[in-house]
Amino acid sequence: MSFLEKLLAIDRRIIFLFIAIAAALPLFFTVKLHIEVTPIVNNVYNALEALPPGSKVLLSMDYDPGSMPELQPMAESFLRYCFLRDLKVIIIGLWPNGPIQANIALEEVFKDEEVKNRNPQYGIDYVNLGYTVGNEVVVERMGSDIPATFPKDYTGNKTEDLPLMKGVKNYNNIDFVYNLSAGYPGTYEWVIFAVDPYKIKLAAGNTAVQAPLVYPYVQSGQLIGVLGGMKGGAEFEIATGKPAKAVKYMFSQSVTHAVICFFILIGNFAYFATRKKKGS
Amino acid sequence: MRREVPLAITAIVGFTLIVVYFIPHPPFNHFRNFFEDLFFIVAAFAIWLGCLNLLKVNADRFYFKRKGWPFAIVVWFGFFLMVIVGFWDGRGFMNPGTTFYYLYDILYYPLNATMFSILAFFVASASYRAFRARNKEATMLLVAAMVVMLGRVPFGYYLSSWLPEGWRLGNITDWVMDFPQTAGQRAIMIGIALGIVSSSLRVLLGLERTFASGE
Repeated sequence: MSFLEKLLAIDRRIIFLFIAIAAALPLFFTVKLHIEVTPIVNNVYNALEALPPGSKVLLSMDYDPGSMPELQPMAESFLRYCFLRDLKVIIIGLWPNGPIQANIALEEVFKDEEVKNRNPQYGIDYVNLGYTVGNEVVVERMGSDIPATFPKDYTGNKTEDLPLMKGVKNYNNIDFVYNLSAGYPGTYEWVIFAVDPYKIKLAAGNTAVQAPLVYPYVQSGQLIGVLGGMKGGAEFEIATGKPAKAVKYMFSQSVTHAVICFFILIGNFAYFATRKKKGS
Repeated sequence: MRREVPLAITAIVGFTLIVVYFIPHPPFNHFRNFFEDLFFIVAAFAIWLGCLNLLKVNADRFYFKRKGWPFAIVVWFGFFLMVIVGFWDGRGFMNPGTTFYYLYDILYYPLNATMFSILAFFVASASYRAFRARNKEATMLLVAAMVVMLGRVPFGYYLSSWLPEGWRLGNITDWVMDFPQTAGQRAIMIGIALGIVSSSLRVLLGLERTFASGE
């Protein structure tokens, strides 16, 4: 068996080893990379900038730790931005893990000195209404009555008693909805059951796998913009002027993508070289 | 009766919700709220059903010593550990500092993330074997994949920064995502939507009855 044939039948564990090194090693370095903010992310930032302080934004955390590397930095950068801009955040989860993921993000955001100085208060600056079973029906029901859909927050306080929730009846009292989604229920359901019937302003952060699926909604105007994968998260961090985890992780993703492309190229080189040899 | 009643309930609820979508005013919206509240109750029972089913399946696997039976013990242990700890912590079990939060953070969080991360290795290995320029279509797919993979990371910028604006990998990636990709997605979405409309109508009109009677 020639070298090229061996290359074609390379043991996948060798590829695994290269990918492991490519993904893990760059995490130990801090490299300043050029990250351009694309229009699809800039739209989200501009829509948020247009909100006056005190506006109420709904954050729907529809993912679990499986998608945490991509979506958790987005949740943190969004929450940090909201607290610094004095936007009031109402957190819900269509996935059971969503509300606890929000708490993990909040714990991280509260370490930020600027946020600490603002001292956001639970019930006044943000609330976590927890998870309600029902997937897209939850989205639909919130259109008519949010306190009926989430009668209590995740710690058992009556929703209507929370200062932030005073006067919040349905989507008419929400200025912006931000959905972090890793699948079903997620951005699709928000577009179909909230944007179309209730005309809410919706932006989304999706995993890189899911982002292409929601692109048509951006062109149709149903979605303001999309943060696609870690790159989208990094762009949003750059746009808000607070580079954080997603920007840091981009080096690792860059190297990993480069290694995959390198393997594809040598795979094709070996394929054509062996084919030519067989032909001759 | 066993067949007609479920079919009638399906038709009434389905058509009412369709009417409410176009006429969201009293009295129709009250019907919608009523049906949605009923759905929440049924869905809450479904969670219990799911839990019990999970326990039963794993109890059977353990009892009959089926393949992978030791994992059934792990499932039972993990399930009851989190349930008991959750009840022990009370309503604020998701707050930082609780035992539930601690276990979630040190066990569930990394385990779940690890499962998803493994995908990177399989994607890399599959890309190496699948992306071969065997014919015209495969070559187009290969080129698009390479461009998007490099264009989506800063590495792509450094590779193509010498090119004029508009021809860099990032620009080409945006074009691929905005036009050919979106056009394909839209075609798929429209196809799926038409399929859903047709199968939903069949269910509502009682032409499709497998969900109710198994026929």
